[in-house]
Amino acid sequence: MDSTTRGRFLDGTIDGRARLMVLAAVALLAVTYVLPLWNLTMFAPQYPDGLRLDIYSHALEGGNNGQDVKEINVLNHYIGMRDLVNESFVEFQWMPFVIGALGLLMLRAVVHGSVAALLDVVMIFIYFGAFSTWSFGYKLYRYGHDLAPDAAIKVAPFMPPMFGHRQIANFEVYSYPRAGTYAMVAAILLLVAALGWTWVRARRALTTADAR
Amino acid sequence: MDRHPQYAWSRVLVIAAAAAVATQCTPSRPESQRSGGAVQSDLAVAAQKTYVAPGDLDEYYMFSSGGHSGQVYVYGLPSMRHLSTIPVFTPYPATGYGFDDDSKKMLGDLTWGDAHHPALSETKGDYDGRWLFINEMNGRIARIDLRDFKTKQILGPVPNLHGNHASSFVTPNSEYAMMASRFSRPVPQRPVGVDKYATEYKGIIAGVKIEPTSGEMSLAWQILMPPFDYDLGDAGKLASDGWMFFTSYNTERATGKLEVSSAQKDRDYIAAVDWKAAERAIAEGKFDTIDGVKVIDPKKVPGIVYLLPCGKSPHGVDVAPNGNWIIGSGKLQGVTTVFNFEKIQTAIRNKDFTGEEDGIPVLKYESIKDAEVPVGLGPLHTQFGTDNWAYTSLFVDSAIAKWKLGTWEVVDKAPMSYSIGHLSAAEGDTVSPDGNYLVGLNKLSHGRHLSVGPSQPESSQLVDITEEKMKLIYDAFTEPEPHYAQIIKADKVKPIEVYPKEENKHPMAVWDVAQAGVTRNGKNVLVKMVAVRSTLTPTDFEVQAGDQVTVAITNIEQTTDELHGFGLLDYNINVVIDPGETKTVTFTAKKSGVFAYYCTNFCSALHQEMQGYMVVK
Repeated sequence: MDSTTRGRFLDGTIDGRARLMVLAAVALLAVTYVLPLWNLTMFAPQYPDGLRLDIYSHALEGGNNGQDVKEINVLNHYIGMRDLVNESFVEFQWMPFVIGALGLLMLRAVVHGSVAALLDVVMIFIYFGAFSTWSFGYKLYRYGHDLAPDAAIKVAPFMPPMFGHRQIANFEVYSYPRAGTYAMVAAILLLVAALGWTWVRARRALTTADAR
Repeated sequence: MDRHPQYAWSRVLVIAAAAAVATQCTPSRPESQRSGGAVQSDLAVAAQKTYVAPGDLDEYYMFSSGGHSGQVYVYGLPSMRHLSTIPVFTPYPATGYGFDDDSKKMLGDLTWGDAHHPALSETKGDYDGRWLFINEMNGRIARIDLRDFKTKQILGPVPNLHGNHASSFVTPNSEYAMMASRFSRPVPQRPVGVDKYATEYKGIIAGVKIEPTSGEMSLAWQILMPPFDYDLGDAGKLASDGWMFFTSYNTERATGKLEVSSAQKDRDYIAAVDWKAAERAIAEGKFDTIDGVKVIDPKKVPGIVYLLPCGKSPHGVDVAPNGNWIIGSGKLQGVTTVFNFEKIQTAIRNKDFTGEEDGIPVLKYESIKDAEVPVGLGPLHTQFGTDNWAYTSLFVDSAIAKWKLGTWEVVDKAPMSYSIGHLSAAEGDTVSPDGNYLVGLNKLSHGRHLSVGPSQPESSQLVDITEEKMKLIYDAFTEPEPHYAQIIKADKVKPIEVYPKEENKHPMAVWDVAQAGVTRNGKNVLVKMVAVRSTLTPTDFEVQAGDQVTVAITNIEQTTDELHGFGLLDYNINVVIDPGETKTVTFTAKKSGVFAYYCTNFCSALHQEMQGYMVVK
């Protein structure tokens, strides 16, 4: 494939089927507003039912009607960890906004119908996903390492698990993505599929033209 | 001197041999016990039936009266594990009951009570798991809310009524709890010599109205009764709904050495009270007001009380699940008497009376009884199972008799160790008994446990009643004194585990350590304190000697089992505050100096650090 082919592909349009896929991705993205992205569950002998923490794009929510977050903070104050409160997460300010912007860009691709518009949003989405994952990991790292020097109980700085489980003192901590993240991954896959479908269609058209 | 000294030895030998034989002949245990003896269950079966593995939950709650300890004990069945103690009539430092302002006010001047008969609230004759009522001899009755297992109200001591023994028996839709006097005295209360007992002293039956949504109790009315000793009772249900039955003894109206003088007549009485008629009489204004209470005199208002003759010195009166049979157990005889409610109604209609006591008609015994069941010696109290099975405790025989309602045959007896008083079957006094467990509430344990010295515990024995033969499956030892118990299916009770923050409307509650602190108003000092792991804030405060100090402590935890205590040394103060609760203690700072306060209820890894100082200048 030479450069003119590529140029022609980017200038091309996406068909109805690809647009439907993008629309489905928009719908999936919309539901991430109400679904938790990630969950951390902590078990200890004293907490046989576990303390649960759900992370949404806009807030933290504790299990047991929010009581679990309070409990985690009560426990964390002994080791000098900062309180987990919504106000200290700047992410919760911009994430819903960015998700909204992504949705608009996708709708733009649907309406505009150009491959370039679709590719833009795929790239931005992948970048957003990667940045958010890094940001999540970095936050976990900072919470586990920025421990107050006058804490009652001194613990070695630690990194809570991002994915999987890890023993931290008396707690067995489990960290796994939840429905919101799956929806987001599915949205990206749909966008990539739409792109792939358009590519296959373009290649087929090219082959037919060449044969002529 | 003996002419044949050689025989002297042989004589000694003969005597020794005879003595040895005689010793052998002294029985070491009764025949009955040599051949099998006391009811014993197959060990493996009993173990399986009662073993509740660590972490597993029991099937039933048993609320057992704590007698003169003044408390209610909560057990789990079938494990018979003691789960908790609900303080009712006696201070209990373990929970701070009787130390904080509210519970102190509720207890008043009395620091003991003789708790007797717990009664669960009912809807349509079945336990509904909302409240537990329990009476006490000093003329009081208490309500425990089963939402948090706390005593919420103590009514009394009520006027006129003395020695509230025949209580607290709840009616089928929790309209009323009842009270009746064991000790008669002049009404209104005044000093009158005991020689005027028969005429001047009066018994009292009282209806305590229960507010249907809040459970709040109020004294609705009293009935002036002859000076008998009212002992136990039970509310009519289904067929007999609207009636209440009380046993009485000492209908001889004797004084002095009652163990002889009150046991002369062959029959005493069961008082049958038409409480709906009493309600109507009150509504129609047919009452006298005595010491602020609306009192009905049956002499002036007929048709409310009737007396059923029942032999001899009856203790329990129990209404069968269908409501039509009323079982009265004369404790000084060998039979228990079954009365028929329909026959009672017919006798009342036909005025089939044999006499009267202070204007109250006495019904003809032969016209109202269905059967005299030969259950055994000293029948006290009857509970019910499925399929018309009845179980009567026998104090003198120290056993439980199992017999059938309708056919009146006694089919089984299970020895109890020892001297059973009351018994309690699973939901056994409701319209639908469960018929699986029965607990004998025994008066004596006689060392069936590791010795704990002369002050021995009572015993509560779990009996399996699912099969034809009753089987003893567990011995538990209980604090004094289980007079009666209520056994309710665990899923009917739905307790909370923390007090939700939103529900805390206490005017002195603070939910933020920033709001904790001391305010002064003249000589009154208010300390608003926050308890949360692991600090009592403020960590110190100063008052002047002679100040009236109120410490209001809010436990701002919302985590289950995160209780905090506030113990103030040398000031006799210890309260325990549950998660989400606010309690106050008020005292005069009489002693000057420095006094430590600390968390008394272990809470966290830094519990020992949870402390502070009160400086009294």
